[in-house]
Amino acid sequence: MTDSALEDIDTEEKARRPPKAVVGSSLDREEEVFGKAYDPRVVRRIWAFVGPYRKNLLVSVAAVIIFTLTQLAIPLVIRHAIDHGMVPGGGSASATARTTLYWVIVGYGLIIGVNFAASYVQELVVGKAAENVLFDMRRAMFARLQQVSLSFMDKTEVGRLMSRLMGDVNAMQEFLETSVLSVGDLILLFGIIGVLLWLDPLLGLITMATMPVLFIVRLFWLPPAKKSFMDAHHANSANNGALAEGINGVRTVQSLDRQRVNFDLYEEKSRTNLLAHLRAAKFAQVMVPIVDSLTGMSMATVVVVGGQMVLHRQLDVGIMVAFLFYIQRFFDPIRSLTMQYSVFQRAMSSGTRIIEVLDVPLAITDKPGAVALGADMDGSVEFDHVSFGYRKDIPVLKNVSFRVNPGETVAVVGPTGSGKSSCMALVHRFYDVTEGAVRVGGHDVRDVTGNSLGTSIAMVLQEPFLFTGTVFENIRYAKADATREAVIAAAKAVGAHEFIVTLADGYDTRIEQRGGNLSLGQRQLISFARALVADAKILVLDEATANIDSYTEMLIQKALKRLLEGRTGLVIAHRLATIRGADRIIVLQNGEIIENGNHTELMAQGGLYAKLYTMNYSSFDDLPTGIGTNPGADVGKAT
Amino acid sequence: MPQMFDRWPHRAPRPGEAMAHVRAVESGKGLGTLWRIFRLTLRHPVMAGITIVATIIASGLQLAVPRLLGEAVDQAEGVLAGGTGASAALWQTALVLLGVSVARGLFTMLHNYFGEATGHHTAYELRLAVYEKIQRLSFGYHDKVHTGDLITVGMLDLDGVRMFFATGILRVVLLGILLGAGSVMLLTTDPLLGLLALSFAPFVAWRSATSQLELRSTWLTLQDMLQNLSRVMEENLGGIRVVRAFAGEAHELDKFDTVSDKALALAHTRVDLRVNSTAAMNLSFLISMGLVLAFGGEKVLSGTMSVGTLTSFLTFMTILQMPVRQLGLMVNSFARASTCGDRLFDFLDLDLDIADRPDAKPLVITDGTLTFEAVQFAYPSAPERAVLTGISFTARRGETVGIVGPPGSGKSSIAHLIPRFYDVTGGRVLIDGQDVRTLTLDTLRQAVAVVQQDSFLFTTNIENNIAYGDPWAKEQQIARSAEFAQLHNYVMGLPTGYQTIVGERGVSLSGGQRQRLNIARALMLDPAVMVFDDSTAAVDAGTEQRIRQSMKQFAANRVTLIISHRLSSLMHANRILFVEGGAIAEEGTHAQLLALGGRYRALYDLQSRASEDQSEAAE
Ligand SMILES: Nc1ncnc2c1ncn2[C@@H]1O[C@H](COP(=O)(O)OP(=O)(O)OP(=O)(O)O)[C@@H](O)[C@H]1O
Ligand SMILES: Nc1ncnc2c1ncn2[C@@H]1O[C@H](COP(=O)(O)OP(=O)(O)OP(=O)(O)O)[C@@H](O)[C@H]1O
Ligand SMILES: [Mg+2]
Ligand SMILES: [Mg+2]
Repeated sequence: MTDSALEDIDTEEKARRPPKAVVGSSLDREEEVFGKAYDPRVVRRIWAFVGPYRKNLLVSVAAVIIFTLTQLAIPLVIRHAIDHGMVPGGGSASATARTTLYWVIVGYGLIIGVNFAASYVQELVVGKAAENVLFDMRRAMFARLQQVSLSFMDKTEVGRLMSRLMGDVNAMQEFLETSVLSVGDLILLFGIIGVLLWLDPLLGLITMATMPVLFIVRLFWLPPAKKSFMDAHHANSANNGALAEGINGVRTVQSLDRQRVNFDLYEEKSRTNLLAHLRAAKFAQVMVPIVDSLTGMSMATVVVVGGQMVLHRQLDVGIMVAFLFYIQRFFDPIRSLTMQYSVFQRAMSSGTRIIEVLDVPLAITDKPGAVALGADMDGSVEFDHVSFGYRKDIPVLKNVSFRVNPGETVAVVGPTGSGKSSCMALVHRFYDVTEGAVRVGGHDVRDVTGNSLGTSIAMVLQEPFLFTGTVFENIRYAKADATREAVIAAAKAVGAHEFIVTLADGYDTRIEQRGGNLSLGQRQLISFARALVADAKILVLDEATANIDSYTEMLIQKALKRLLEGRTGLVIAHRLATIRGADRIIVLQNGEIIENGNHTELMAQGGLYAKLYTMNYSSFDDLPTGIGTNPGADVGKAT
Repeated sequence: MPQMFDRWPHRAPRPGEAMAHVRAVESGKGLGTLWRIFRLTLRHPVMAGITIVATIIASGLQLAVPRLLGEAVDQAEGVLAGGTGASAALWQTALVLLGVSVARGLFTMLHNYFGEATGHHTAYELRLAVYEKIQRLSFGYHDKVHTGDLITVGMLDLDGVRMFFATGILRVVLLGILLGAGSVMLLTTDPLLGLLALSFAPFVAWRSATSQLELRSTWLTLQDMLQNLSRVMEENLGGIRVVRAFAGEAHELDKFDTVSDKALALAHTRVDLRVNSTAAMNLSFLISMGLVLAFGGEKVLSGTMSVGTLTSFLTFMTILQMPVRQLGLMVNSFARASTCGDRLFDFLDLDLDIADRPDAKPLVITDGTLTFEAVQFAYPSAPERAVLTGISFTARRGETVGIVGPPGSGKSSIAHLIPRFYDVTGGRVLIDGQDVRTLTLDTLRQAVAVVQQDSFLFTTNIENNIAYGDPWAKEQQIARSAEFAQLHNYVMGLPTGYQTIVGERGVSLSGGQRQRLNIARALMLDPAVMVFDDSTAAVDAGTEQRIRQSMKQFAANRVTLIISHRLSSLMHANRILFVEGGAIAEEGTHAQLLALGGRYRALYDLQSRASEDQSEAAE
């Protein structure tokens, strides 16, 4: 930076060294997040979603069978027409033939009528049932995600979940819609084999001699083809992930002028994606000439062998025509079954990803017999020798014990990263402690229902998150039946009312994504108001006024004084003026409680609190020495 | 097999040409959507050419098959005519048939492969163009558009366009040839029967045209619905902590159901529409076939036609059956391409409201002075709501300006105007006398670093995040920035140090750690103007003081703007602006403002008096 020697990177060296830059997430491959367990029963699991539409399925399978049979019958009808309905040369034979022809035409008409009805019914029923199944699956996934623990969500990017919720579910659509058709294809295939053997066993066998060749070829083709399909799939998600990141982080990108580097990196990803798709396409298409050559072989066989037989009067010419018809159609089901197979493959990999979401272990659930915290809950919070870490190797809280009595307001202070927000997360059981217990209202949080915990505790999170929707809807989020008066009262209490009424539509102004059209302080005020509307026994404020000026904050505190009556308050703040109303102060450092008492006591102790306090108010120039730094900690112990 | 694959003729894109692709994609502004997609296809003349030729040959060969089969049947019946060469003729026909089939397979493969490959190449170019556009569109645009909508454009709409060549254009060619050549063949063989065989075509054409329109509009609405649905889910997952904090799961499921049910109903309508048109098309085809059979049979009976000719008629019709069945898909593809294409091109054609002017000049730093001259501003999304109403101040190199004020007073907005994230609506922002609007964005933004109030961290390791603005930085440089931002010790305490991944948006960091990472990122640069927008709000006083200390030497060479609610952060500034309601209410040094006894003084008193007094005062 200021050192010009460091800065002097010539362009040559730049070209040699790769940049410390990537686009798209660097998280490990998601398999590791979800656990690799490939569930061989994916099909059965997906079948469970089809279950409710079993009747529709039956109808459509029946329709497909009828449809296939009519398809199968059409060449036979033609054969009949040719052999019996077309005897040229006049005379009585011709006359009977004509009658036959009429009847055959009538029969044909009936058959195509049935064909039409069957295909109509089948497509309609399957199409709709497939949509239902898709929407059911998506809902089940979404519902599951409402229950999974936050430690899972921390590790998983929203984009990846979205690609499962939308992309993979949509990928199932093709499969669901066409899988019934493949039942028809199978029937058609075996039907044709049967009919050919019935029409003329010998010719039939000779014709189908090409079949085994096809299977052998496929055997060699399948493994590399499958790999190329999977590669294309992965390249595509990587590409889309990078796009999503580009969209989400666009402000930072522009602010740090990274467009050019990102574009080059993105180009690389897109190129990889392109090449992977080209490769997959080659694998998919290389089967086409093979199948076609085999078709040709079979047709040639019929022409030569069948033709000879016709010449020697061993075969009706109509049968030969029927054979030729069938062979053409014979490879159709094979072809579409092949296609269906790759659809199936894709659907199964999507299905696996869907099932994985449905099977995310619920690390945190209500115990059977969990109690619901009622309105009579006293609002006490107790940490009893609590230890906790997000990862096993890094403890965040170490043996923390404290008690907040009903109605008390306790402040938690400490250097950044000392574990304050983590404490609050434990109160709400976002995570489970590794040792000890957190008790709310006298109950271990693991013994109460998550829902009642949610309604007993209102939180203002350190990061204010707002939903797209109106200001009103956002403030009312915690309590869907809150009246407009209650919402306005809460907004007034936090001093948000003044600015809200100046917005274009007041409380009905639309808030854009993540509150982008409000200033950060305004977002914080709304998220504060939201917690007040919840009207909960315990109020947790995690840096709720960090982005708000002290004057506004003082007004809020005045209002809070009234609102906090009879409620328990837990307040985190760095600006020590913020905690002036607290009954007691807990000082956390490196995950341990080092001081606990009221302001006067702590000042008298002359520990970290006293140090921070004086620092807060002293001019920046007389930096107190002795605030050491030990690795891993942000502010060392007072010396 | 793989080696053989790699030799297939296609030109792998070269990185250096990427920008040319982007310009080419953007050049078609104003053309009709489908025509524009077609033009993109034509950018790959070799591949598209091979595809079309292969399509023509394959369909020609396809047409030859019925002829050959008809011949074979006639030859087999040749005994009636008493020919002895019949057997040899059969062999010959069989061989030709085999040859034709093999060739047909090969050409079909080429047709399919290159059709798809062309689409993928087009998609590659479109992807680059979309990405580039996203990166260049202004903050004002991104404020208004939900990220999910952009992702839809970049993924779904792009796919719709990609598939158009293979599933739309080529099918038209294929069907056109089969029908065109076929009808010539049939009509010359037997006009009446030929007409009957083709009688389904007009109906099908009419049906496709009408259903295309209906499908298109359902497509549009359905796409919108699904977009809403993904928005609901995305917000839920992004705000999952809020959802959990307020036990909002049931409420969220309700929201989901409302949108989901609507989308499902629409999806059903689409199935109805689709099935209605395909089933009818198919029936019309089968009816034509029946007519051929009836009238053809009559002709055979009356001896005016051979069974073989009739066979070739019927076989020809079975060949047509596949493409006719696919007509539904083709119609769908047209509907999809035109909807998706409309949206994609609308996006690509957006004007950049913040971009280099044609006569833009690079920024020249002389004495490093930042000047706001009676600046007025309103956000583009709320133009009638004045956010800044006449801000003027000047700061010279080495000076620090502090900005305080209540939430929403316009502090961040001031910061946004310097690197031109937004344009002023009145007045000017100058750096060394140059209006920022007359400068190239690149040079301007390299000269201005803003540590934004709500920082965005990327899902990558700490090192990459710190080096975001200078990816070629060396390790020592990164470590030094981290040290200045008081983050180094924390990072060194992690098992994987600078390689530790921070999680999405930095979830695995504490609030203060995120902010310090954000500061470290900015310290990597060497800007002429540096803005810290409330960037130590979540940092404790001790750490903050140390950050400030290390920043002192950093500030010497540039203009520093510090926005903060904590007065200890900015009371050392050369000048402090108290902003309220978009205007400067008080201005001066810390001492001057204290002496003034106004709002700044009130803030100071609140922050500096002992807590005991305060709790009483609050009473
Ligand atoms: N979701 C998470 N996954 C992994 N580690 C985490 C996670 N959240 C926090 N940490 C780590 O746990 C430690 C404590 O974080 P916490 O957020 O509790 O700190 P804090 O006291 O609230 O700090 P601040 O004042 O900066 O907000 C930090 O070192 C942080 O990196
Ligand atoms: N992207 C936006 N679109 C529309 N209006 C906005 C946008 N960003 C901010 N505003 C509005 O402009 C006004 C000024 O916002 P600004 O972010 O500059 O405030 P601030 O002084 O930085 O406040 P804070 O202290 O809360 O960060 C606010 O009323 C806010 O609602
Ligand atoms: Mg925190
Ligand atoms: Mg701001």
